[in-house]
Amino acid sequence: MSVVDLELLWWEGCPSTERALAELRVALADVGLGDAEIRMREIDNDAKAEQAGFRGSPTILINGEDFAGADGDDIGLGCRVYRRRDGRISPTPDPDDLREALKQAAARER
Amino acid sequence: MSVAIGDKAPEFELPDTEGASWSAPNGDGATVLVFTCNHCPYALAWHDRITEAARDYADRGVRFLAISSNDADRYPRDSYDAMKARVAREDWPMPYLYDQTQAVARAYDAKTTPDVFVVDAEGRLRYRGAPDSDYEDPGQQAQWLREALDAVLGGEQPARAETKPVGCSIKWKA
Repeated sequence: MSVVDLELLWWEGCPSTERALAELRVALADVGLGDAEIRMREIDNDAKAEQAGFRGSPTILINGEDFAGADGDDIGLGCRVYRRRDGRISPTPDPDDLREALKQAAARER
Repeated sequence: MSVAIGDKAPEFELPDTEGASWSAPNGDGATVLVFTCNHCPYALAWHDRITEAARDYADRGVRFLAISSNDADRYPRDSYDAMKARVAREDWPMPYLYDQTQAVARAYDAKTTPDVFVVDAEGRLRYRGAPDSDYEDPGQQAQWLREALDAVLGGEQPARAETKPVGCSIKWKA
């Protein structure tokens, strides 16, 4: 069993889900967590968004926490705005940020 | 309803963030319509490339009009006030029009933000789709849009007249 619990929250209004999932899988493999299970959860209405604290698609929960934090985007159905480490705006997280968060989460659980 | 390449583009009149009214097509030259919004990562990623193209083609008689059609009640970041605030803090070379009723987006069958339409001086649609092939690569410089404009300004039909728009879905009113 993996030491991290992963959930990818998505909304169909954004075309970035597949890419986010693929980048998450690569990041997991890079940090030695390639066997981790990723649960997919569709957020399709405002009530679910509110309940989940969903700040846009995709949102990645690592051990139940939004790895990107709670700043920036409002809660609700929308596409999440991420910023790559080089400053570019992107619909998916910077892979280095993902790897760093995964490593830290794994270290806390071990 | 949608408009096909070569069809007459639907006419409209919309207010910008200063309250001035803009109509299109107006018969004075080519017009680029950019359906966009304030918060979509795709629209934001392409924004600088589109504004750069607007500046580059301004002295060639091309008019760029940005249009926000999203439901501002459910998405307050796309409200008219939010549009005004954004234009006030950024340097825009084109007006930002508010399509409150979404009638213009529906008339053009706009799908995403961004979704780009090039209309020639006769008011016919000549290009529709994405600005270029990769929202993540600023080096693309809105190449598909520029190719379409170069063709239209040369009196020709763009070789690549239609591409798949890529971005966030337009937020329609319920």
